[in-house]
Amino acid sequence: MKIPLIVGALAVIATTVIAAEQKVDLKPAPGRDKVVASCGTCHSLDYIQANSTFMSRQVWDAEVTKMIKAFGAPISEADAKEITEYLVTNFGKP
Amino acid sequence: MVSRRAFLKTTGGLVLVSGGTWMSGDAHAAAPSMGPPELPDGTVAASVMEALPGKVPLIKKSWRPPNYETPISYFNDVFTPNDAFYVRYHLSNIPEVAAATWRVKVGGEAAATPLELSLDDLRRNYDSVEIAAVNQCSGNRRGMFEPHVPGVEWGLGAMGNAKWKGVRLRDILGKAGVRKDAVEIVFDGADSAVIPGTPDFVKSIPAWKALDENTLVAYEMNGAPLPHWNGFPARIVVPGWTGTYWMKHVTSINAVTKPFDGFWVKSAYRIPRGKFPLIDRFVTQETDVNTPITEMVVNSLITNITSGESVSAGRPLDIKGIAWDGGYGIARVEVSVDGGQSWRSAALGQDYGRFSFRPWSYRFTPAERGNVTVMAKATNRNGATQTFEIIANPAGYHHNVVQRVTLVVA
Repeated sequence: MKIPLIVGALAVIATTVIAAEQKVDLKPAPGRDKVVASCGTCHSLDYIQANSTFMSRQVWDAEVTKMIKAFGAPISEADAKEITEYLVTNFGKP
Repeated sequence: MVSRRAFLKTTGGLVLVSGGTWMSGDAHAAAPSMGPPELPDGTVAASVMEALPGKVPLIKKSWRPPNYETPISYFNDVFTPNDAFYVRYHLSNIPEVAAATWRVKVGGEAAATPLELSLDDLRRNYDSVEIAAVNQCSGNRRGMFEPHVPGVEWGLGAMGNAKWKGVRLRDILGKAGVRKDAVEIVFDGADSAVIPGTPDFVKSIPAWKALDENTLVAYEMNGAPLPHWNGFPARIVVPGWTGTYWMKHVTSINAVTKPFDGFWVKSAYRIPRGKFPLIDRFVTQETDVNTPITEMVVNSLITNITSGESVSAGRPLDIKGIAWDGGYGIARVEVSVDGGQSWRSAALGQDYGRFSFRPWSYRFTPAERGNVTVMAKATNRNGATQTFEIIANPAGYHHNVVQRVTLVVA
């Protein structure tokens, strides 16, 4: 009895989450596309905004490294550098 | 439960509250706060009030995985409504679990007679118990750490109190023939990672804690089935310990003879050794420098006033709040209305058991115009109390700094 309702709700979740995430408008700057593609695979980009602006270069670098080493993000060394640079420049500690 | 129609109203980016349940009787809810002033600016900017299906609007901390915080006004009630209970996930693949086909496998190398249980098995073949207990995220108030630490930047509401009904885990482990050589019990849930390289969210607890009479496999919360977002159809309940061990949508329970070495126990949810006045230890997972987080530290929250609010001189004001700890019970709550110079005992409200929020209240009449700083400090039956300075730790856990709420007396 309850199941059709739940399935209906699930369909709504899927569309809603995507629609809502489009509202996370990261600052346009070099490296943004890589951030959207790499980070956005596993988590919404509001994580980046919410973790600003208090992280130094060292801390952002550690976060990117953690995503690769601990969470298995398939990001090349070159892309990781570009991503860190974008995060430090646009969301780093002033 | 919020109807689908009501939910759709929230999806345009505007939050239209249709039920009225969380607006009624609370002046603060009309202009919901995104959290305390200590939060990072970026956190506040990224927060919106948003309703997940079946939930009232909560403070959205992240869309995916879903992390949603309970607004403080709900803590004026001892029990947190299911539809306002906070939501916390690490991984983004969260299936809708069908009650009819859900099973939990109980086994592991230290179980002589492995078994598989349906929801009906749990409801019909085992004694049921109900326990009032606080579920609090280890990182509740992380956003208030100074200096800030990375993570989900929680404010005050990554917690809730509920009556959890279910089966004692020890009864299930007994039926599975768990032997004395079991050192830990390992839990997995139905949620999973997006990419293969991400460690699945799997947790373990010491065997002694799993065999504690208060540790449950719960299928009801406040008299209703668990909400999807809080672990439907069944979750582990570990009263006194932080929420990280309360596995949602639990699908396997394994008794093991060697310490579990998964990421979420071995590397995550760790606190430095010797910094917190805790009693429960997770010895099989301790290293020279750190140890898994265990029980909650003693804490309190002032729930019915907020900083900057105006009150009238000469008119009695009832300050309300809650206090809780890792399961020893609250002995007293003291309130200061002079910024911490002097303290007086608050009146403790009904006792729903040592794992529950304990309500308290304190009446005072502000005499003179100007600012008044109200503080509350809880002490548990072990004599442990709240701190005035943050105890720094890398992941931002166990924040129990005494709150300061400054009122304007006019």
